[in-house]
Amino acid sequence: MPKKTLHIESDGVTRRNFLTSMGAGAVGVAASEDLFAAGREAAGPQVMPVGQTFKISLRINGRTHVILAEARWTLLHCLREVIGLTGAKPGCERGECGACTVLIDGVPRYACLTLAVEAQGCEVTTLEGLMDGEALGPVQTAFVETDAFQCGYCTPGQIMSVEGLLRANPRPSAEEIRRGVSGNLCRCGAYKHIFEAVRRAAELKAGK
Amino acid sequence: MADESKDIYYVQGIPVPETPLPGKEPAAWKQTNVVGKRLPRVDAYERVSGAAIYPSDVHLPNMLYGAVLRCPHPHARVRGVDAIAASRMPGVRALISAATPEADLIWKKDAAGETRLFDPHCRFEGEAVAAVAAETPYQARDALAAIRVAYEVLPFVADERKALQPGSPAVHSKGNLAKTDSYERGDVAKGFAEADVVLEETYRTECELHTPLEPHGCVANWEGRSLTIWESSQGVYAIQSKVAEVLTLPLARVRVVGPYMGGGFGSKLEAGKYTVIAALLAGQSARPVKLLLTREETYLAVGNRPPGNMTLKAGVKRDGTLTALEFTCLATGGAYPAGGTALVDWLIRDLYTCPNVRTTCTDVFTHAGPARPFRAPGHPQGAWALEQMMDALAEAIGMDPVELRLKNVPLVSQAREGRPAYTSTGFKECLEQGAAAFGWEKARRETGANAAKGHIRRGVGMAGGLWVVGGGRPPSTVIVKLFADGSVNLNMGASDLGTGTKTVMAMVVAEELGIKPEAIVVENADTGTTQYATPSGGSKTVPTEAPATRNAAVQVKQKLLEMAAEALKTDLAELSYEGREIVSRRDASQRIAVKDLDALKRQGVVVGVGTRGPNPKDKVVNPFAAQFCEVEVNTKTGELKILRFVAAHDSGRVMNRLTYDSQVFGGITMGIGLALTEARVLDAGQTGKMVNRNWHDYKLPTALDVPADMISVPVEPGDTEANNTGAKGLGEPVTIPTAAAIANAVYHATGLRITRTPMHPLQLVKRLAASRKEG
Repeated sequence: MPKKTLHIESDGVTRRNFLTSMGAGAVGVAASEDLFAAGREAAGPQVMPVGQTFKISLRINGRTHVILAEARWTLLHCLREVIGLTGAKPGCERGECGACTVLIDGVPRYACLTLAVEAQGCEVTTLEGLMDGEALGPVQTAFVETDAFQCGYCTPGQIMSVEGLLRANPRPSAEEIRRGVSGNLCRCGAYKHIFEAVRRAAELKAGK
Repeated sequence: MADESKDIYYVQGIPVPETPLPGKEPAAWKQTNVVGKRLPRVDAYERVSGAAIYPSDVHLPNMLYGAVLRCPHPHARVRGVDAIAASRMPGVRALISAATPEADLIWKKDAAGETRLFDPHCRFEGEAVAAVAAETPYQARDALAAIRVAYEVLPFVADERKALQPGSPAVHSKGNLAKTDSYERGDVAKGFAEADVVLEETYRTECELHTPLEPHGCVANWEGRSLTIWESSQGVYAIQSKVAEVLTLPLARVRVVGPYMGGGFGSKLEAGKYTVIAALLAGQSARPVKLLLTREETYLAVGNRPPGNMTLKAGVKRDGTLTALEFTCLATGGAYPAGGTALVDWLIRDLYTCPNVRTTCTDVFTHAGPARPFRAPGHPQGAWALEQMMDALAEAIGMDPVELRLKNVPLVSQAREGRPAYTSTGFKECLEQGAAAFGWEKARRETGANAAKGHIRRGVGMAGGLWVVGGGRPPSTVIVKLFADGSVNLNMGASDLGTGTKTVMAMVVAEELGIKPEAIVVENADTGTTQYATPSGGSKTVPTEAPATRNAAVQVKQKLLEMAAEALKTDLAELSYEGREIVSRRDASQRIAVKDLDALKRQGVVVGVGTRGPNPKDKVVNPFAAQFCEVEVNTKTGELKILRFVAAHDSGRVMNRLTYDSQVFGGITMGIGLALTEARVLDAGQTGKMVNRNWHDYKLPTALDVPADMISVPVEPGDTEANNTGAKGLGEPVTIPTAAAIANAVYHATGLRITRTPMHPLQLVKRLAASRKEG
């Protein structure tokens, strides 16, 4: 799958009509060219007022969620504390551990480094989205069979990275597996079993 | 005959262990049908589906978010706090600081004195100064930024090696010496005189941070005068008692819940100030408060493995007999008494037979975050020194390192009063079976500095170890409830840190009752609904809880047998519990299905209560270990690759081979961190602040740093004395020998003895360059 850039404009909503639709009272300066120009005229970077929320639309696991969010809120915060999907975990909130990994348009991304507004118009997949109803998906099943975790806290992120890896590369080599999960820390040290889980997941996805 | 198709919970056709008569102890298992097998975790579905609720996932209606302001200086006095602006900021609902009454709550009284919740005297960077709760975590952080604190910045000492120097700033009024421990047996001077070879070396291990993936934290909620806390903890009862003590609440009014938690490694054995702070903020705002530490805070304020500065002098005869060991250690537990040198010398005292041993450990205070127990406290540090020394001694007398260790395997614990025997020691088997699985002799011949050509060098190394406890102990109470439909509930207070505790306990019940493990529902780690347990740590959880669990399951069987005796109008002693049915041994036609027991139908449930019995008198229960590894060193770049590991462990009976192996590989991985990547860096000269307070600058081993080729070789000595399951602890011994084994392999590959952790490329390339100059 080709890597896409995150974008704000989508679903036919441009920045301009997004802000217009919010109404002047909500944003301050509704008809601005700049999303972040609320209440300020000066050129250069603009600061959104703290505490000011906007209606945004997120497409998560195939469902649309319309929520009120501040511009500075991360996707991780919105997933967990606003929408209630707690699969993605906060570990560092600075893009180091990968416990918050989700798929954005099929590519593993750190939800802690992605602003919620940036994720508009993208297809976000979380751990919960890998379930087939109540049944585990193939990567999740492989993690269970190979005991590819201990405390399980980094596991949602590991699983999402593996899911992303296998979507892009259904038959990864040992080295590709290592690289594929190297952005996810596991303090319990389950890496060896994670390597086995990736191989098993590849088999399960191939119907073996 | 009952309708078998309805007996969905029973395993058909396998024998269950004999039920002892009431008042009798169950016999050791001879063969097992469930215990020891490779069984996926009973809570695996929850952990991989997102259904498991970790404390950080708890979300209550009207919940606020707390945040803690921390002292940015290693040593300072808070002269004033101006929080007026902060308290008026949007979304702020509660604020406590040195200027509010909660600050004066007594947090701790110990040898160093009394500390308050917001103590004006901050003795380490990261000490709590104020806290807020707000509608969003962002607003809470904004408010922290608006709090103005007037600090009087004081001189500090961050390097423990300078703490006792004259003129060093004092951490406490009594000075910087926390304590000195010494131990002596025999006569070391005589021992050294008898030796053919005497070697002496200094070693240093750097300070390590636990950094479990789930940050420390909790959600606190008051209902009337009762407080409920969802805490990421290794022991809910330990949190309960500390919170009740600080807030002067009855224990019964403090409920701590934490069935899932995202890793602890010792750092979540005890309560932190943040738990009490969350409760206070929740009280002030009359709203639930979630308070999770930031990653940075977990580096500063919730524990570490102290650095170790060690010297070891050792004497050996040509035949491999150890004649004397003399060891000193200087270390620091940080700003408060926290066991800076705890157990660092234990392996020197007890791992090998040696008549003459002297150790001196000096624990000093520094202006740095207090230590907390970290997976096998003291042991990896001691092993780093002792096991490298054993390697050097072996070379000096021309003996294989495995053989030297085999020559000195003790059968008694020499360092304990009265030299008690071990209930079992598989140390010899660990060394032999590990070496065989590794192909030690062949690998040693074919690698090494002498066999090398070019700049890529291979080497092999090994190290041994034991863990000072790991036998478990009372108290523990476990309840097993068998319902009228045959399904089972297992109720225990212990936390499952991800070590597989719940699964092991379910397997024990399954083994005894002949029930499928998946029919057993485990409730755990809740002071409101589960039984008292000490925190999960010290590799004691399985050997503590499993025997209690077994006793509870046995009691269920005994009660069912009583019911059957009544139903069949026969003598209890002639009945046998066989899982689905209870059968007369005298007359096999006399039988009744458990579910058909009228008494069970009537009372709905049979409750078995099991407690942990005492440990064997005058004997010691310890796990033993030997690990072997092969490394590759690039002598041009200093890069080190670990190619493979073999870990032979005697942790008694293997309870679940699948989770057992996970723990072994996890312990090795953590040991690789100590050996290669991890080191807390303090700016000891200028600011005293920690400079690598995140996972970018403080490196954990990643998937790129561990070998896929790791083999676990369990050694099961058949220990019938340790407890009624024969299990010993595993979680800690697996990380004890790792770093030393790698250092020995590096020596074998390069001829360089690396005595300081971490062996990162920077250190190695420097040493390699220096050795080329010398050469």
